[in-house]
Amino acid sequence: MMIRLLVTALLLVVFFLWSGTFKKAYKNKQYVPSRFQLMGEISLNFVRKSIAHEQLGEKDGDRFLPLLTTIFFIVLGMNVTGIIPSLNIASTALIGLPFVLAIAAYFTFIYAGVKKHGVGFFKNSLFPAGVPAAFYILVTPIELLSTFILRPITLALRLTMNMIAGHLLLVLCFSATSFFLFNAEGFFKAFGAGTFLFGFVFTLFEMLVAFLQAYVFTLLTTVYIQLALSDEH
Amino acid sequence: MDVSNIAAVSGNIAVIGYGLAAVGPGIGVGLVVSKTIESIARQPELAAKLQVTMWLGIAFTEALALIGLATPFIFA
Repeated sequence: MMIRLLVTALLLVVFFLWSGTFKKAYKNKQYVPSRFQLMGEISLNFVRKSIAHEQLGEKDGDRFLPLLTTIFFIVLGMNVTGIIPSLNIASTALIGLPFVLAIAAYFTFIYAGVKKHGVGFFKNSLFPAGVPAAFYILVTPIELLSTFILRPITLALRLTMNMIAGHLLLVLCFSATSFFLFNAEGFFKAFGAGTFLFGFVFTLFEMLVAFLQAYVFTLLTTVYIQLALSDEH
Repeated sequence: MDVSNIAAVSGNIAVIGYGLAAVGPGIGVGLVVSKTIESIARQPELAAKLQVTMWLGIAFTEALALIGLATPFIFA
């Protein structure tokens, strides 16, 4: 809980500073960006250009950009706490936060579909066009399950379980190191070095996973919105 | 001679199932990645687009393994 507040505060401060820098650079007609400004531009443009615009197009991408940016940076910030020594556990390794984000994504894609197609959105997604009428007995329950029930659950579970698995791996490696160094006898102490090396490598791997899960969560939200907006499913 | 008790393992058989849940998605993720590599080798210009699709495919496939990881927490 404390860690989440800390990360939220940190994100707020960083974004506040970023917006200040952007405003200043815009007002002074400063063409060469400072290092801090460039960092902000690259991270924000990553979500904007390569996730939102790529999947949704310019117009709809910008419409849903606030939500996507929020999701990306919250997930990234909270994931990274999993590899910071002495914080140790990712805030997203508890089901609560991913579930809140998944619910937000869920309502957003339903909102996007209903806004665009009205009730036709539910008709489109439950009774896909081009299927013989008799098959709807089979297709409709599957579509209902996969679209409206399993989507938010898998979205939340994917993030949580990735973070839990990473945390367990690190715990295994470092507790094995501790055991080999302090409790094992003679030659077996040398294994401690090996397990420590593994722990270090997995820490680097967790860094990659932290970024990747933030990317995947945002990308899936975008794709769900895109599927809801498209005319034929 | 009683041979029914040569090797005994204690524990819950369900644990094996949770482990097996990783096999299918493992193969699936491997297939997704190998096909993406093949496609990129054929059309290097499309690499960026293919990679996005690859991450999507991995995310969907991986969910099954993660459900396997989650079930012990639910049914324990």
